[in-house]
Amino acid sequence: MKSATTAPGDVTSFSLGLALPLGLAFAIFFVLPLAQLFYLSLHNDTAATVWGLGQYIKFLTDPFSLAVLGSTLLLGAEVTLACLVLGYPIAWLYQRSGSRVQTLIIMIVLLPLLTSVVVRTFAWIVILGRQGIINSVLQSLGLIGTPLRMIYTQGGLIAALAQVQMPLMVLPLITAIGRIDPNLSDASASLGAGSWRTFVKVMLPLSMPGIIAGCTLTYAAAITAFITQSLVGGGQMLFMPMYLYQQASTLQNWPFAAAISIIFLFAVLAIVALFSTLGRRARGYGDAR
Amino acid sequence: MASVSEAKSLVLDRITHRFASGTMAVSDINLDVKGGEIIALLGPSGCGKTTLLRIIAGFIGQSEGRVIIGNDVVDALPPNRRAVGIVFQNYALFPHLSISENVGYGLAARGVDKATRAKEAQRLLDMVQLGPFGERLPRQLSGGQQQRVALARALAIKPSILLLDEPFAALDKNLRLDMQIEVKRLQRMAGTTTLIVTHDQEEALSMADRVAVLSHGHLEQFGTPSEIYDQPQTLFVNSFVGTANKMKGVVVATDASGAKVALEAGGEIIARAPKPVSASDKVTVCLRPEHLTFVTDDTGFAGEIGMALPLGATVVHEIKAKDGTSIKISQARTGGTPLREAGTPVRVAPLAPGLATVFPE
Ligand SMILES: Nc1ncnc2c1ncn2[C@@H]1O[C@H](COP(=O)(O)OP(=O)(O)OP(=O)(O)O)[C@@H](O)[C@H]1O
Ligand SMILES: [Mg+2]
Repeated sequence: MKSATTAPGDVTSFSLGLALPLGLAFAIFFVLPLAQLFYLSLHNDTAATVWGLGQYIKFLTDPFSLAVLGSTLLLGAEVTLACLVLGYPIAWLYQRSGSRVQTLIIMIVLLPLLTSVVVRTFAWIVILGRQGIINSVLQSLGLIGTPLRMIYTQGGLIAALAQVQMPLMVLPLITAIGRIDPNLSDASASLGAGSWRTFVKVMLPLSMPGIIAGCTLTYAAAITAFITQSLVGGGQMLFMPMYLYQQASTLQNWPFAAAISIIFLFAVLAIVALFSTLGRRARGYGDAR
Repeated sequence: MASVSEAKSLVLDRITHRFASGTMAVSDINLDVKGGEIIALLGPSGCGKTTLLRIIAGFIGQSEGRVIIGNDVVDALPPNRRAVGIVFQNYALFPHLSISENVGYGLAARGVDKATRAKEAQRLLDMVQLGPFGERLPRQLSGGQQQRVALARALAIKPSILLLDEPFAALDKNLRLDMQIEVKRLQRMAGTTTLIVTHDQEEALSMADRVAVLSHGHLEQFGTPSEIYDQPQTLFVNSFVGTANKMKGVVVATDASGAKVALEAGGEIIARAPKPVSASDKVTVCLRPEHLTFVTDDTGFAGEIGMALPLGATVVHEIKAKDGTSIKISQARTGGTPLREAGTPVRVAPLAPGLATVFPE
């Protein structure tokens, strides 16, 4: 880095110099292992001695593996949608509340992040289980005869994941909505637009940066949430992180596990890229049409 | 403009607004605006001008009083049903929509089809001389151009009332003058009843048919620019609009036309009294610099020249009165107006008795 030799006024080299520690950590603990993973995945045998694309071919031609990938990506989409639908009104409410209510909302939204993932996950098992809180309440009210199956279902898993990932959705949304000039909704109203029209034509497009950021974070977090997926999802549903873990840990098939990681990584990157392209198109800024 | 919207009157009836925080932003405002008039709301920062505008637009529900547009009390109507156009101080153009979409926004909300909308937007943009800019985004325009877009957008819905909140504050001086003329021209063409908020008195006096002067949420005076300037009803109006020399004194006698006041600086002055005063009241006498003249007889009051300021077309002399009050007197600069030396003893009196105004303390 040239920061030591450049004049103090040079802002760019200053910030590059300051980014050095993080950059180094990033290189050592992220880029290096990733390269190693990639190297590993390019071998056809478990001992990693024969070069080849066999692991990738195996994954991409195996219906079971593809189904696991598909259901993982779908799970992410469902959790993201749930977070967006539930989180947007919360962020909206936050921007329209007094400071005391704002503090309360932030507390409630952040709470899941402040509890241990294991404790939180077992709490969901207690709530959703056969003899869990929801079932016993419904039974004692006489609304159901036999307990509902909620734990180890896709729905239960989505609820549990959505709760944990909610802050990742709500915080960017709060920022984005807060940046919108409050006069814009007044202007829209004075031009004759009702509140729904104002929301769809003005507020929604202008909060798109927050929606994209929130969706990207939530999506990435939901599909990689190993512990919640395994404990609340149970044995019947298999997702990529667990699949990967089984291949690496139980079956000791490291090259295949590495190939799964790389494929998973690119699938996620593709989806993230899709998000931002869609978002940019919907927003319409940046280029004069 | 092709179609002239029907000019509606606007009546503010005892409007009072208290914010939840307890601030009394406007109190007991009565305003009777005729259809097609331009009214300026003039007052210092924080006097409640924006609050009043937001009440008329329907963004704030007033604590007390009624807003009447035409023959209808509109208090129960939400902003989108009031047909009140508003131009915000920061323009508040929709940043993600093109200029032409911004202007067509109100028509879209009224269900006008796309082709008609585009045509109407183009007509309005031509009117504000921004015809070729329809495809641009707001941030690709200058401040003055954005301002005109905001105006076109507000006029597109043919509002019965047009509200402008400090519309020229962000513009530099030359552009401001152009825009003032432009707005006045458009307003005349459209015949829309218009309220302009400003804290610039020149703007208020030059643009408005009538001016409402506000201070601390109270309506101080509502009248034509010349009434406001020549016959101020309160001390606040007299000193806020134009400049005024203030002198302390005591009333010695009163009659129908005004009062005779003995100044603390010595001498007596006959002054108009908009508010009733009686003998031996302590009062403040306001004298505009351009209404004073040097005299050689024993009327007015005595003092000595402090400083002479030749300001181009006018000459201003600063005079120290006997009690130390500093008085300014300005005169048109003609060939025969000599600059007076500092320290010269002089006598100063109003050009005519009615030009001094007296207010109770
Ligand atoms: N939302 C609000 N809550 C509480 N008080 C407010 C609010 N908005 C304005 N006020 C107060 O009401 C008073 C009038 O404010 P207003 O914005 O109407 O002033 P203004 O005349 O438009 O001033 P300026 O020329 O600076 O724009 C001020 O004392 C202000 O602090
Ligand atoms: Mg204001």
